[in-house]
Amino acid sequence: MQLKEIAFARSGDKGDTANVGLIAFRPSIYPFLVKEVTAERVKYHFKGICEGEVERFELPNLRALNFLLHRSLGGGGTVSLMLDAQGKTFATALLRMEIDVPDHLLDGSAD
Amino acid sequence: MNAQPGATEALAVEEASAAVGLEERPLPARAEPDGGRRVRVASGQGFWGDWQEAPKLQVRRGAIDYLMLDYLAEITMSIMQKQRDRDPAAGYARDFVPLMDDLIGDLLEKEIRVVSNAGGVNPEGCRAELGFAFADQSLPRRPRVAVITGDDLMDSLDDLLAAGHELRHMETGEPLSTVRDRVAAANAYLGAEPIIEALRQEADIVVAGRSTDTALTYAPLMHEFSWPDDDWDRLAHGVVAGHINECGCQASGGNSLVDWREIDLTLPGYPIIEAEEDGTFVVTKHPELGGRVTWETVAEQIVYELGDPREYITPDVVADFSTIRLRDLGKDRVRVEGVAGRSRTDKLKVSIAYHDGFKAVGALTYAWPDAVDKARRADEILRGRLRHLGLEFDEIRTELVGAGACHGPLAGTPSDDLPEVTLRVGVRSPDRHAVSRFSREIAPLILAGPPTVTGFAGGRPRVQEVVAYWPALIDRGVVEANVRVETMEL
Repeated sequence: MQLKEIAFARSGDKGDTANVGLIAFRPSIYPFLVKEVTAERVKYHFKGICEGEVERFELPNLRALNFLLHRSLGGGGTVSLMLDAQGKTFATALLRMEIDVPDHLLDGSAD
Repeated sequence: MNAQPGATEALAVEEASAAVGLEERPLPARAEPDGGRRVRVASGQGFWGDWQEAPKLQVRRGAIDYLMLDYLAEITMSIMQKQRDRDPAAGYARDFVPLMDDLIGDLLEKEIRVVSNAGGVNPEGCRAELGFAFADQSLPRRPRVAVITGDDLMDSLDDLLAAGHELRHMETGEPLSTVRDRVAAANAYLGAEPIIEALRQEADIVVAGRSTDTALTYAPLMHEFSWPDDDWDRLAHGVVAGHINECGCQASGGNSLVDWREIDLTLPGYPIIEAEEDGTFVVTKHPELGGRVTWETVAEQIVYELGDPREYITPDVVADFSTIRLRDLGKDRVRVEGVAGRSRTDKLKVSIAYHDGFKAVGALTYAWPDAVDKARRADEILRGRLRHLGLEFDEIRTELVGAGACHGPLAGTPSDDLPEVTLRVGVRSPDRHAVSRFSREIAPLILAGPPTVTGFAGGRPRVQEVVAYWPALIDRGVVEANVRVETMEL
């Protein structure tokens, strides 16, 4: 299953760093995201795209994780030659991540 | 803050501050039926080039108190600086003038005040154009326009460097001296203080330059509610309100992943902040317009362009976004509360733009069959010709639009049956000649390259000057904001 079945996201840029905010569809899913979608795993997911470190921050009130993907935008801003120089499509790129989701999180019974 | 009264009616800031204490500020009476006083700050523009109808609908399709217009992204100042280099009268958001020309009658009649950073790198030039526009109007009274300057550090840059302000790059740590001779613009992010002063001097329209985006929303709230400038939690709520407003429709259903098919964005209502005296607020929109305000649309905007959520730094307060609590009240109303803030830092952020060579991007489209293979072969031919010419570039980047340009390897191997693929090749170099020569190598691929190619109607790729972004910090004490409020002639 892909991450997009249990979460949504929005992404943007700060210089050469892309940020991706990942938000669980339901509160019961958030602890699962915290456990499974680690900075290391996101760094591996974006191999060939993110050349720097990946940092992760937690926003439990919003059942959200915020990822900073450093050195990912070809220099960023007006320097970058990338079509997506501002990282606008990194959100759905993260949502492609394959993940094993327990059944009880999918039917909403855990909420 | 320093005051430079320009017109006879303008008051010196320091004198005025001494004469009118905080508790004596006149408070507009906008009592709600339940007795709680609310101030409505509507978002009208989220960037330079945003939908021009949005601010008109905000003013004409429902009640608001302030119209917030954010024109500046990180790269916008660089673009405006390039325009001012070519034309000394340019360098601000030109769209702003016809917009105000259209709206000024409504604004004065409904007592709606405009807070904007439309001034870019030339707020005075923007004000002058507003003057020409309003001169032909028949208005109930003469509008008062505030210009906020002092963010521009270009003239004092060498003095600052000589005094030991190194302006190191916030990410790389390099001192600015390494690119000093190529610096094109340097602007400090100003906070709420000059905007509050402009509103206190009864400005109808505030034209700031590099004002912090979020301050365009929270400065009116500080003014209306007379929040002390060290009431960190209330200010932090204001910052969150500003963050929600500053990207326009992105908080009210635009660019929203959840339910995007169901949201009518033909005539969307942009977000409106309904703030209360205690700092808490409701995000909403005009009911008769499209768009949507839900827990999801607001949450998505809160995480947009977010760094460390516990350290959302502004000139006025450090807000902790991890403390934000959202409650969906239904009917396009989302309540925001619980936000914690702490003391501002002793630094201001500085946005510096410097010349960093040239670039060009060319594109051609290849049709079925074997579209991907044709595009890849064309790329090999192009690169071979560039080598033949002996041209060197800092970077040559090839992307296949329609076959993984956005998600790269994550998109998997592209199908060999795609209906078409666009080959997109960009180059960057300090050598203008090399980039210019590259731009002449795209069209020849049409006849001297792989078959079934089209899409060159746009002509030769444009050689663009790269103006790169250099974020830095500076001691806030060395930056002096100026406010000048002037009653326009009609």
